[in-house]
Order: sequence, then C-alpha cells, then structure tokens
Amino acid sequence: MSTACAIPCDIAPFRLSGTVYGALLNHKSALTLIGPKAAQPPYNGAPRAPVLYVKPRNTLAVSGSPVEIPRDALELEFGACLGLVIGRPACNVPAERALAHVAGFLIVNDVSVPHDVFYRPSIRFKARDGFCPLGPAVVARERIPDPDALRIRSFVDGALVQTSTTADLVRSTSQLLADVTEFMTLAPGDVLAVGAAWPTPRVRAGQSVDVVIDGVGTLSNRFVAAP
Amino acid sequence: MRRARVAFSGAIHCAVPDGEGRLRLEDGRRVTEAEVVWLPPLEAGTILALGLNYADHAKELAFNAQEEPLVFLKGPGSLLGHRGCTRRPAQVKFMHYECELAVVIGRPAKNVSRAAAMDHVAGYCIANDYAVRDYLENWYRPNLRVKNRDGGTALGPWLVDAADVPDPAGLGLRTFVNGELRQQGNSRDLVHDIPHLIEYLSSFMTLAPNDVILTGTPEGVSNVQPGDEVACEIDGLGRLVNTLTADADFGR
Repeated sequence: MSTACAIPCDIAPFRLSGTVYGALLNHKSALTLIGPKAAQPPYNGAPRAPVLYVKPRNTLAVSGSPVEIPRDALELEFGACLGLVIGRPACNVPAERALAHVAGFLIVNDVSVPHDVFYRPSIRFKARDGFCPLGPAVVARERIPDPDALRIRSFVDGALVQTSTTADLVRSTSQLLADVTEFMTLAPGDVLAVGAAWPTPRVRAGQSVDVVIDGVGTLSNRFVAAP
Repeated sequence: MRRARVAFSGAIHCAVPDGEGRLRLEDGRRVTEAEVVWLPPLEAGTILALGLNYADHAKELAFNAQEEPLVFLKGPGSLLGHRGCTRRPAQVKFMHYECELAVVIGRPAKNVSRAAAMDHVAGYCIANDYAVRDYLENWYRPNLRVKNRDGGTALGPWLVDAADVPDPAGLGLRTFVNGELRQQGNSRDLVHDIPHLIEYLSSFMTLAPNDVILTGTPEGVSNVQPGDEVACEIDGLGRLVNTLTADADFGR
C-alpha cells in the first residue's frame, strides 16, 4: 500500500489504490509469436475475452528501485506497458466513453520469470516482490492526445532492445476498458496495464532497464542478484 | 472473538455477537442483524485463491493431483459481505458457488517455514467464491472473467480469531442451496494444507496483514439460478448467506 502512495499523482484521485491489473496477449506481436500453437492443446483457440492478471501489492515498486532476480532464475523478462490510471469508477462502460473514466497514464514494467506455457502459469513467475515498477508519475489524460498511438521503447544498459506502439494493441485502450468493466468495476486509482509487445526483452543481474513512453516519461530500474 | 464490519445508521462499525440474531457495535449500541448491512469483515489486501485444492473436487473436474499449489489472484472489487447479492449473467449455463475456508494473514510473512507458518495467521472466515464456467478459457487460467467478477466472492460473516479455531485442519464445510445440502467437505482433505500454503507463498512473495488466502473448495459444486439462496457453513466460523440476482436488477 505504501508503494502505491509513493508514486506521484498530482491529479485526482491523487493516489493509486494499489490494485494493478494487466492484460496479456493484448499486443498483436504476442499472438503472432504464439502463431498456430494457439489453435492446439492445451489452448484450443486464440483468447476470446481479455486475458487479465493481477500484480499484487508486494510487487509494486517505484522508478529507481532495484528489482531482485531470484536465485532460481538466470534472467528475467520485462513487458513494457502503458498503464491506464482510473479516475472515475468504471463499470460496464461503452468504448466510446471509456477514456472519460481515465485520470491519466503511467508506465508499467511487468517483470516476470520467463515461462513459455501460458495455460496456467504459476504466480511465482509474476508475483514476486518488486516485480511491478510503475511510474515515474501519473500524467494527466489531457496531456496525451491519443493513447492508441504511443511509441514505447525499452533500453537495457542504454541500448535500445525493443520498440513498439500502442497502435498495435489487439483491443485498443477504450475497447479493453469496455470489455474489462463489463464484468469487473475499476475503481479510482486502479491501474490497468494494456499489454506488452512480444518477444519481451530479457535482463540479467547488474543491468539497468529504462522504459520510455513518449509524453509519459521514463521508468528506470536496476536489476540486481538476490542476496 | 469474532468480529464483523457492518454499516448502520450512516457509518461503518465493528460489531460483535450479542446473543441470537443480535449485534453489539463498538460504540455500545445494540442492534438486530436485520438492521445492518454486512460488509466483508476486513479490508482485504492481496487475495490469493487455490484451484483444485481438495482431491475430490480435482477429481470432479478431471484433474490430476499437482505438485505445486495452483494459485490465482483476485482484486478487491470481487468481495461482498454476508447477505449480499451476486449477479448471474442471463445467458450463462453454469455458474456455481464454492465454499472455502479463508485464512487471513496477521503478521508479515516472508520465507516462513511450515513450522512457524501458523504464527502469521490472524484468523479465519468463510468465503463463497463463485465461478462462471462458461467463460473459462485456456490462457492464464482461470481468467478473471470466470473468477473476479463484481460481487463474485462473498466473505464473512465474521473474522474469527485464530485463537478461537484450535484445529483449522479439521473443519467441516457445507453449502446449502435453498436449504438443500449440496456440498460437503472437511479442511483435513486439503491437498496443500494451510502451513504449506503460507510456506510456499512466502517463499516468493511477502504476505502482509489482511492478505487473504482462499484455500479451495471440495466437491459438490452445482449450478445456481437467480433467486437461489446459497448458504455456506464452516464449523466454528458461522454461516455465510448469499442470494443470486438477475441481470435485470442491474439494468442489463
């Protein structure tokens, strides 16, 4: 909870709730990479509804905080995402009005232990302490003319390793909000990460990651070996 | 000691039992249970839930026993208090209750051993964690559309102190639909028991006070319809009642 409060938010609701959801497989590159495997067992078809996950409060971290690589992992993968910060309760909102429920945007770095089966991955891949740096601060919606046309760049030790755009989302930001809030209400201060491009870059202990979204800022975190 | 959180006369109160059907608020007022709105008995932090953690239920769903606990996460918007109403989408074919023993963390837990795990438990409550099976897909199971719906997880009525539950590994669970016994089990049959779950979870994430672990449900799930009253009982923890309501009540 304290981490959520530490992320600057100088527009209403002025603090994050600490609840962070994310959409998986919501970038076209992810489905392209899975390819024909999606039609085979155990998946038996491409996803129909949004594939969502929760980043629990122990994972939340601010820009600048070190991310620990657990002893049983050689490297981690990180998914650079645009995060929507909810401003007004969003329940069953139509896509046309969905963005009116968004207060602003930030960067979500969805860190995971790499895994290649997506049927029922263990939460220990995604729910480790510090595995969700957010920030650097909430940028007001009015300052981002089109959230569906934002360039996202990821750097490891200063070298560009991935460039993507929110124009390639499977569900646009407003369509995702509509489909998610059909069954679960998002509350002020909740964050919804809209999905990362694949393949996700890898990072090892001793390296630094910067995620840059045009107009939103730079989220920087160092990755360190677990003591 | 058992405590409820209720809304009464314009405010939220902590309440304790005060004889049959009655409550005493912390400000001294005595009220009947019918006068209050029951809220989840705690403001939950991280909500962790177990899939297929009773051998009989796993068999019912044609799963083999697993080595690692099957854990998924839920958001706070899914929680609902005792005597709440849960929406059943009109077009679905199979929505079922799941009576579960909920463990509430009291002390932060990181790398806690099985032997020390129970020292981190504040208490217990009953959970009824609904699922809409129609929406099950095979990506990051179970997806939130199945298990994280608004009002899909009733919790309560009480948070019962751990000190008052001497044997959490021997509690009978029962679910009644409109008074008919449909589901029955005992927490002694958990595939992964509570100390193991705390040891396992705290090995990779720090558990904090008010985090909740829903330990899974035994066999006996069945479809329910709008208007059905679902009552989940667990020995020593009370009786959690929930009513299914139709889309129309929600303007859908």
